Amino acid sequence: MSEQLQQLILDTLEKHSKIEDTRSLDVPDKSDPYEDQLAILGALNSLLSRDMVKYESHDVFSYVLTPEGAHIAKEGSHEARVWAALPAKGQGTPVTPVQLKKAVGDESAKVGQGNAFKRGWIAKEGDGLVKTVDSITDTTQLDLQQIQATGDLKSGDKVLADLRKRKLILQRKGQWFTVQKGPSFSTSIAKPETDLTADMLTSGAWKTSTFKKYNFEAEGIPTSGGALHPLLKVREELRDIFLEMGFAEMPTSSFVESAFWCFDALFVPQQHPARDLQDTFYISDPPKSLPPEPSYYKRVSTVHEHGGYGSAGYRAPWSHEESSKLLLRTHTTASSAHMLYKLAAKCRGEDIEGDEKEFTHGAKPTTKHGEKQDDDGFRPAKLFSIDRVFRNETMDATHLAEFHQVEGVVADKGLTLADLIGFMRVFFSKMGIEQVRFKPAYNPYTEPSLEIFAFHPMLNKWVEVGNSGMFRPEMLEPMGFPKDVRVHGWGLSLERPTMIRYGINNIRTLLGHKVSVESVENSPAVMF
Amino acid sequence: MPTVAVDKADLWERLGQEFSSEEFDTLCFEYGLELDEDTTEEVQEAIKKGLPAERPQLKIEIPANRYDLLCIEGISRALNVFLGKAEPPRYKLVYPPEGESAILNISVHSDTKKIRPLIAGAILRNVKFTPRSYASFIDLQDKLHQNICRRRQLVAIGTHDLDSLQTPFRYEARSPKDIKFAPLNKDKEYTAEELMTVYESDKQLSRYLPIIRDSSVYPIIYDAKDRVLSMPPIINSEHSKITLNTRNVFIECTATDQTKLDIVVNMVATMFSEYCAEPFTIEPVKVIMPDGSSRVSPDLSERNMLAHASYVNSCTGLSLNADEVAKLLRKMSLFPSISSSNPDEIHVNIPATRPDIFHECDVMEDAAIAYGFNNLPHTFPPTSTVGQPLAINKLSDIIRLEWAMAGWTEVLPLTLCSLEENFDFLNHKDDGKIAVKIANPKTLEFQVVRTTLIPGLLKTIRENRSHALPINIFETGDVVFKDPRRERQSRNERHAGAVWCNKTAGFEIVHGVLDRAMKMLEIPRIGSADFKAESGYYLKETSDPMYFPGRAATIYYRPPPQKRKHSAIHKLKHDIEAAIHASDRHDIEIGTLGILHPSVLEKFEIQYPCSALEFTLEPFKKEMQKIWTNDE
Repeated sequence: MSEQLQQLILDTLEKHSKIEDTRSLDVPDKSDPYEDQLAILGALNSLLSRDMVKYESHDVFSYVLTPEGAHIAKEGSHEARVWAALPAKGQGTPVTPVQLKKAVGDESAKVGQGNAFKRGWIAKEGDGLVKTVDSITDTTQLDLQQIQATGDLKSGDKVLADLRKRKLILQRKGQWFTVQKGPSFSTSIAKPETDLTADMLTSGAWKTSTFKKYNFEAEGIPTSGGALHPLLKVREELRDIFLEMGFAEMPTSSFVESAFWCFDALFVPQQHPARDLQDTFYISDPPKSLPPEPSYYKRVSTVHEHGGYGSAGYRAPWSHEESSKLLLRTHTTASSAHMLYKLAAKCRGEDIEGDEKEFTHGAKPTTKHGEKQDDDGFRPAKLFSIDRVFRNETMDATHLAEFHQVEGVVADKGLTLADLIGFMRVFFSKMGIEQVRFKPAYNPYTEPSLEIFAFHPMLNKWVEVGNSGMFRPEMLEPMGFPKDVRVHGWGLSLERPTMIRYGINNIRTLLGHKVSVESVENSPAVMF
Repeated sequence: MPTVAVDKADLWERLGQEFSSEEFDTLCFEYGLELDEDTTEEVQEAIKKGLPAERPQLKIEIPANRYDLLCIEGISRALNVFLGKAEPPRYKLVYPPEGESAILNISVHSDTKKIRPLIAGAILRNVKFTPRSYASFIDLQDKLHQNICRRRQLVAIGTHDLDSLQTPFRYEARSPKDIKFAPLNKDKEYTAEELMTVYESDKQLSRYLPIIRDSSVYPIIYDAKDRVLSMPPIINSEHSKITLNTRNVFIECTATDQTKLDIVVNMVATMFSEYCAEPFTIEPVKVIMPDGSSRVSPDLSERNMLAHASYVNSCTGLSLNADEVAKLLRKMSLFPSISSSNPDEIHVNIPATRPDIFHECDVMEDAAIAYGFNNLPHTFPPTSTVGQPLAINKLSDIIRLEWAMAGWTEVLPLTLCSLEENFDFLNHKDDGKIAVKIANPKTLEFQVVRTTLIPGLLKTIRENRSHALPINIFETGDVVFKDPRRERQSRNERHAGAVWCNKTAGFEIVHGVLDRAMKMLEIPRIGSADFKAESGYYLKETSDPMYFPGRAATIYYRPPPQKRKHSAIHKLKHDIEAAIHASDRHDIEIGTLGILHPSVLEKFEIQYPCSALEFTLEPFKKEMQKIWTNDE
């Protein structure tokens, strides 16, 4: 059909050199005028893509029948059907309204009676109705039939408006076209090739074939691959930053921690608000942790309760029960504390327990001039982790009970606060954050503690992006580190930079089962 | 972190200058405070509309360990010193004019040991309150109660009009039936028992009732005429309440721990001693313990700490001499003096208002703050180490990438779930042996740490109904099992899981995903009855009720022999085992796969068939290389 139509257009153009109005074309398999013009448009576009024709389009309004209108076109108007159902005057029993309803249906009986009376086609006789004329012209039916066939009505707009009001027809916008020959006009519609095929290569047909013009505005076919989760794409980017800077990834495979490792070892006082039930998930089963290594435990409890290592300590009663509670770690610093304890093993004169290849550390320290120092067992280390932490928070757009913490630790002799600040500037500039500044803050396990603020160009203000500090001697020295070992630590959430990267306001659209799979499939790559 | 609202005009007056919002914000930032909000605009807006308006306030966030900054008096004192506009005050104990023997005695009854054994007191003489300083006085007590006092649990503060009372006082613990008095803002007397009911519906006070409710005795303070001062930590008496006209204020604090008791009584006394006729003087009281020992309270003596310029320098990266360090410390309201014998040593006197200083490092931090964190040089640590990813994460990443390349989409459900989701919904029984349970979840969603990835994957499918079929998703993540051998009584295990959801269940599709992972890990597929193969994986039908009958299998893995055992003897041993069909005794179950049972789908409200796969990645973890260091 489409090719036939194209041929018809080309032949007509060949004959008349122009088609003024495509409605005059004798379309094969004629349906209604509107559909015909649509088919012509398809054919014209196909020819246009090969530059065989040029055309202009013109708008035209045509009419189509509603289902009710189509019914009338077929069966006649309600009034005509009423008339037809009645006997001629004096020739038979008048039909009662009840009988009429039965004969033509409720709708026709109701609407038709009134109209038939108005036109003087029927009259009352006794209880019933009779014809008053021998024949009628059902203009409504004829008009609708005409509209059905031509899409228009010769008798004019007034009748059309009336039919529209009666919901028998609808207006429809259509088009017709004026067609001229194009630069590559020919009457032959040898179908242009859409794609280069293997057969063409074999036969050499590609040399003579014409190719259909490609529509560069169209979209390509979507790929059918899988996708990685956007939060983990940002995680990868951050891991790369750490690895590029020589950090070893720490094992963090213990969501369950003891209060000892999560808080006590970090010199967080036992009465600290972070340890409240409102903030921390405690574990009911299993009931409590096994005791940590006794001498270390003793050193930790002593520095809390009575001080030591140059510290006054908290001088508050120590509870063993509090220390042995199990909980879901509130920060990965719990894991870092355990790694630092491992790192200090040689300083304590012990072997590293468990898998010592789990992390790497640097070489034996030397003096500035490269001379060997007395070996106190200490080895410098740069460690990082990105893993899940848990807070017993009421959930809202920015808080979830679970999120990911990014954590970095640098341990070496003679590290300074200036080193920490300089290092943070490099770290954040690798994340694309150039302007940072540092605010003194309080954190039980670091002194000094620095909140890191970054200038957010979109919000035009400074926003907090992370926390950092130097771990306290009360935490490091009980582990066995020599006094001159300083440890920098810093942390930030993974979700925060990810939400900024993807312009997400609600954390629940990023993490958890409510995340839309489609949004995962469509989240762009990340390059800091 | 606590936030303190201070009157803006009052603060400017105390600081002797007006700051713009930006200027004050910068000052706060340098000192370690955070200007949260300036209500000036809000107030002006209200005035414009003719609405009642309060005076403009500044809301300032205070570091949680700086109790001395919880009121305008403390903030302005600290900032004035920081800005070099004032010298820090030196707080002084002054005995009553009648002499040391006229000191107010508080005798402590031994029964208080059963509930709240410690008490301290202080007297502020000839105080003049204004409505705003009175409000600030009340507010400081509230801030202390909410922070260091842990909602009155550890310490509770009461303040009284001393002139309404007869000294000496007694601190006792009595049966609630035997306590009767008219509490603050009530004109009727109640027994302590009745008060427990009366305050049940009080939004504020009901929170403190559990601290003493179940005790056989309640703490109670009486004057010489048996009039109640207060029943800590719940309520003061109406009789001794302070008003704007109170001239002599008695402060009492009761506590369970001496350190916090001292901190709190010192804070209240020092902060408001500025309103005394002779500012910064405090009259002490004497607490006589049941054993006859006594102590004078409050203890406002300055602590002496030795600091070293060399330590400050080695920690900060600066090169200051002791003089310069001392100058910085003075800005932070400390009292440094340089040792006459050692030019590196600084004797630092720490006022009673700074209990946050434990260690020389706290002094060092104060010096660094005074210098300005943002004025420090930028250096880069010379620490040289080799980077290395964690083996299990590297392995996980391989599976993640392979499966994503195979057309699967990664999802990230939560680790916590309900007990039902983890067991019942999967037609599994909780035998109490594997799952770690949470004691205090706020919702049912967080009862247990997952032992399987399947519920999270199914919930994700449930929430993605509008996604075109098929939905094929995966996760690699940790599940947690109880493990009584470990210190933390549990262990994480890295799992990989995938679910296919479509109009047909497609067992062979998740099977294909497993095969792909194994192929990429170079684990050969072997027959389930192949006893000769040295290593590989195979499936065996299983009857896990989570899966459709006859459409479920267990995945077995036969690990390769250890390299060192790769000897002729080992080969012989293996051959013998193979001959007697016993070589699978080392095989481990690593997971399962199958078509999910329709009853499981129903519980997760999924209308289409699903196939699931889950297995542990732990056996495939590569052993880490020992990184070269120049030790060995």
